[in-house]
Amino acid sequence: MKITKVAKAGTLESNDILIMVSPKDQGIIELDLESIVMQQFGEVIKQVILHKVQEMGVEGVSIKAQDRGALDCTIAARVETALNRAI
Amino acid sequence: MKNLLGREIPDYIDGYGQVKPFQGSFSNCGVKTRSAVKLTSVLPNDQKVLSSLDDLFDKLKITDGMTLSFHHHLRNGDYVLNMVMEKLAARGLKGLTVAASSIFPIHAPLVKHMETGVVTGLITNYLSGPVAEAVSRGRLPKPVIMQTHGGRARAIESGNLKIDVAFLAAPTADTYGNINGVYGKSACGSLGYAVADAEYANITVAITDHLVPYPANPIEISQVYVDYVVKIDSIGDPQGIVSGTTKITKDPVALIIAKRAAQLIKASGLVREGMSFQTGAGGTSLAVAAELKKIMQDEEVVGSFASGGITGYLVEMLEEGLFRSLLDVQCFDLKAVESYRDNLSHQFMSASMYGNPHTKGAVVNNLDIMILGATEIDLDFNVNVTTGSSGVIMGGSGGHSDTAAGSKLAIVVTNLMKARLPIIRDKVLTITTPGESIDAVVTERGIAVNPRRLDLLEQLSRTQLPLMTIEELKQLAEKITGIPKPIETLEEIVAVIEYRDGTVIDVVRKVKM
Repeated sequence: MKITKVAKAGTLESNDILIMVSPKDQGIIELDLESIVMQQFGEVIKQVILHKVQEMGVEGVSIKAQDRGALDCTIAARVETALNRAI
Repeated sequence: MKNLLGREIPDYIDGYGQVKPFQGSFSNCGVKTRSAVKLTSVLPNDQKVLSSLDDLFDKLKITDGMTLSFHHHLRNGDYVLNMVMEKLAARGLKGLTVAASSIFPIHAPLVKHMETGVVTGLITNYLSGPVAEAVSRGRLPKPVIMQTHGGRARAIESGNLKIDVAFLAAPTADTYGNINGVYGKSACGSLGYAVADAEYANITVAITDHLVPYPANPIEISQVYVDYVVKIDSIGDPQGIVSGTTKITKDPVALIIAKRAAQLIKASGLVREGMSFQTGAGGTSLAVAAELKKIMQDEEVVGSFASGGITGYLVEMLEEGLFRSLLDVQCFDLKAVESYRDNLSHQFMSASMYGNPHTKGAVVNNLDIMILGATEIDLDFNVNVTTGSSGVIMGGSGGHSDTAAGSKLAIVVTNLMKARLPIIRDKVLTITTPGESIDAVVTERGIAVNPRRLDLLEQLSRTQLPLMTIEELKQLAEKITGIPKPIETLEEIVAVIEYRDGTVIDVVRKVKM
């Protein structure tokens, strides 16, 4: 799956996450995460995002994620939507 | 050593002293003494009024290392603390201790005074904003001492907390030092937290922006305690002092919590003639009052009193005849200020009368029902309202532990999760109020009753209320959120949490950041 443009999904509301994706060279996956629960859930959130990227077969993408305490299911859904919008 | 709640606390803490460990809510009571007060007699022709803070500090010999006290009725609109500290910093003073009943974001200039060594000690009951951040990062050489509203009055009256100079923010003062909070452009209502300061400080100064001819009417704090009256342009920003109105939340989750809490109160049998009640001004807490009101009306019950920081909502309940009286230590909104001024059954109480455990009976001892908040609560029902999710100080007991200890039924109302963080933990990061004082936790997904309250558990088992153990509630939340990684802390102690009786219930350690 190839990312060709910039796309967004999500909001900055409490319990949501705003995902912005943009194209990157083949083989490069960049993730820039900020979260209000970084200390408690930072690692988990990164895993959920990267797992979704892998699952969708994306091979070059830059992701900026601004988390406001979203649950894992919300995070995965926002990432999926953003990626689909960016094809 | 470990205290009764298993918290590891050193026997001696630098900048605090010898630690008396917490041994249980009422273990340190019995015969107590109050401190004697040093004073200078005022003679018939002496004048108390001064026209500026500079005149005051020329006259008062403030020296390095003194303890200065302030009270927080002007809340986030308070100018007095900042003005006084600015003047003293300019005069080159160092090593001062600020004993303020609460610190708000408006007190941010204190951070600068900490960094320059003007202020080296802080004693307070509630700490938020930039000062809380700075303290949590270890900017103060001595740990902050965090007390309760009743505990602060106890500390002052016992001589435990010696105040060299008390600064009273006075919305109205007369030329001889009689003070009230109900008139003037900075009117804030009851001045309950300032009473012990006025009575026990070596020197008491009233700072006012509304100087009236002698005698002021009414008199809340008397001339016999006041050495000087300083007239200045403005003691505070009315916008920050009181909110216009207090509104009940529309958040459906908060409303369901409130409804369940009210049903629990009803099932406990405490909705009866002469009942008493206290709740905070927060959205969910106030919604409990609204639900309780319906039940009281249905059952045609008249309560004896509601107490605490008073909001317009409680005033309405008084006016509608649901309570015979209000006992008020601080007014939260304009409606409360007006009622306190005009209605004789809306009465004054000092912080000591409110919650001091070493008196001949505090108001909290007569409380039936208390509604409390929580940042975290653990499997032993210990509550944290001192540190936030990142381990940084963002509050404090205020009256939390006082009311929890005194009331017959102390209920914590809270969402089960807040922005992905489960509220129920194995251990809270900081214990503010001991679990032995907490009777039940009400969340949107279930109610947990403290196993110490078998009687309550039995009463509730006859209702449809969703009862669970606290362990079950915790698991329910963690299934949704996941298990959060614990906050890592360093050894350094940045705050000592004193229980209301002066024993140490916990400490706050510096967070890794």
